[in-house]
Amino acid sequence: MAWQLPLFGGGLIGLGSVLLMIGAGRVAGISGILGGLLPPADNQGWGWRGAFLAGLALGPLLVGLALGADPVVPPRAAPLVLAVAGLLVGLGTGLGRGCTSGHGVCGLARLSPRSLAATGVFMAVAGGTVFILRHVAG
Amino acid sequence: MGEIVVAGLAGVLFGAGLALSGMTNPEVVLGFLDVAGAWNPALLFVMAGAVPVTFLGYRLAFGRGRPWLAASFDLPKNRAVDRPLLLGAALFGAGWGLSGYCPGPALASLPSLLPGTLTFLLPMLCGLWLVRGRRGG
Repeated sequence: MAWQLPLFGGGLIGLGSVLLMIGAGRVAGISGILGGLLPPADNQGWGWRGAFLAGLALGPLLVGLALGADPVVPPRAAPLVLAVAGLLVGLGTGLGRGCTSGHGVCGLARLSPRSLAATGVFMAVAGGTVFILRHVAG
Repeated sequence: MGEIVVAGLAGVLFGAGLALSGMTNPEVVLGFLDVAGAWNPALLFVMAGAVPVTFLGYRLAFGRGRPWLAASFDLPKNRAVDRPLLLGAALFGAGWGLSGYCPGPALASLPSLLPGTLTFLLPMLCGLWLVRGRRGG
């Protein structure tokens, strides 16, 4: 894929993040928005959280209709690896209070030192993990 | 009500952006993380599109003093680079590198009901719930 679509798609991600902030005053951090729906929930923010996540899931369907090709591609990792990965991502984004969206996009855009540190660490560890899987163990 | 419409629209923009830029394909993400292999820069361009737009839009938003539909901006108050932040980021990075999935693309892929996506998402919800429960939300 050329660079144009990722750059444009990134711009849309940015617009979505800005709209959520200027409209509702909220950070577009997916793990935080999802986490707020899990028990013990504070019984506040169900509406906007649910609406954002429903929109998030609707977006790729609209892109699929517009392009005539499904942009959602199955992961290739083995089921056990995916399950362990999911657990690590849930624990890690819960402890670290954010993921690629909250720290990587919104936090960096706020010039937050916490988000800069988190983004550096998760990028480096993810790169190291792929290096070990593909070039050491693989 | 307005807050729900704005949040829904923001979600659609976000999800469409992820799909258009190839982020709902874990192999594209792993291709970016694999700097020693056939490197795929797509995620770099996604960040190059998303971060400056958000930076400028946030300046506009914060310059207004308050959001359209809420009393104030709800921003993280913790400023310390502490141990839970770094440990959490490391655990997240390991899971991201193993799968090519982070929470946004995985949730955006949910309607396709792919077995691999569900196999990732259910333990992710458990992990998120475990940590939130222990920290008292």
